[in-house]
Amino acid sequence: MSSTTYEHAADPAHVDTTTGLDSRKMAFWTFIGSECLLFGSLIATYMAYKGDSLTGPYPHETVLPDGRVVEGILDIPLTSISTFVLLMSSLAMVLALAAVQRGARGRSVFWLLMTATLGAVFLGFQAYEFTHFYHNGLTLSSNLFGSTFFVLTGFHGAHVTAGVIYLTTLAILGMRGKLGPEKSMNVEIAGLYWHFVDVVWIVIFPLIYLIP
Amino acid sequence: MSSETREIMHDQHAHPVHGTRTYWIIGILLTVITAMEIAAYYIEDTLGDAATSVILTLSAAKFVLVAMFFMHLKYDNKIFTGIFLFPLALATLVISALVLLYHVLHPLR
Repeated sequence: MSSTTYEHAADPAHVDTTTGLDSRKMAFWTFIGSECLLFGSLIATYMAYKGDSLTGPYPHETVLPDGRVVEGILDIPLTSISTFVLLMSSLAMVLALAAVQRGARGRSVFWLLMTATLGAVFLGFQAYEFTHFYHNGLTLSSNLFGSTFFVLTGFHGAHVTAGVIYLTTLAILGMRGKLGPEKSMNVEIAGLYWHFVDVVWIVIFPLIYLIP
Repeated sequence: MSSETREIMHDQHAHPVHGTRTYWIIGILLTVITAMEIAAYYIEDTLGDAATSVILTLSAAKFVLVAMFFMHLKYDNKIFTGIFLFPLALATLVISALVLLYHVLHPLR
């Protein structure tokens, strides 16, 4: 190997792959692609059975065959707040990445912890909502709405939980000084995961909550 | 490249990164669009049949903003956009097909 080749390989801008792109990032985008199909199938199932529950509780205000009007179980103001919290967590995530790339250790740890905290708050809202629904008779097996709703939002919540653990781990690494600019790809990949979880909620929120 | 955009070298390759001001602007935009979505839900009677279209359009705008600026697809290699968009299109097709099948062609009730 010539000295020129050595110099080329030592260049930090050099990525020794067929595409010239980072393999971890390529793999993670492929994973996100597969996650699109997973959530696509869950959303498709929810949408297929939307409005077809024969018994209550119903998601929105419903007129029964006997003419009675029953209230919907969904709490739009509460979920609007949790949606805002998740959106702001995405902002915190991208600020954490910018801080890591700048080498601002304190700020990167702060924004990573802020992202994880906002994610945990979102999960708190979801836990409250699930408990409220359970006490009002909506379970996984009570009707088509219950089955499809809990599976879809439960899978999303599980992803948020994994993300909170992921981000907390990164924040701990940051506190130990192991998250410098040279490791920013690790944070970028965590960010991709977190933003994906956010865009999934951007789709779920109107389909379940805002469109009767 | 604008003054608030700069080139940062991270562990493997050069990557254009927006200044944090852009991220804050996108964050504010996302908040405003979400407020508009919720407002559209509450004035559904006024909007009529257009309410669903308005809400879906606003959601699509939020999706695009997050994907382009927060996930950096606007500035990253187009291969990543392709890897994301192909399964996304497939998922959208599956959702549309099931909605058509269950709610238009063969409604359960």
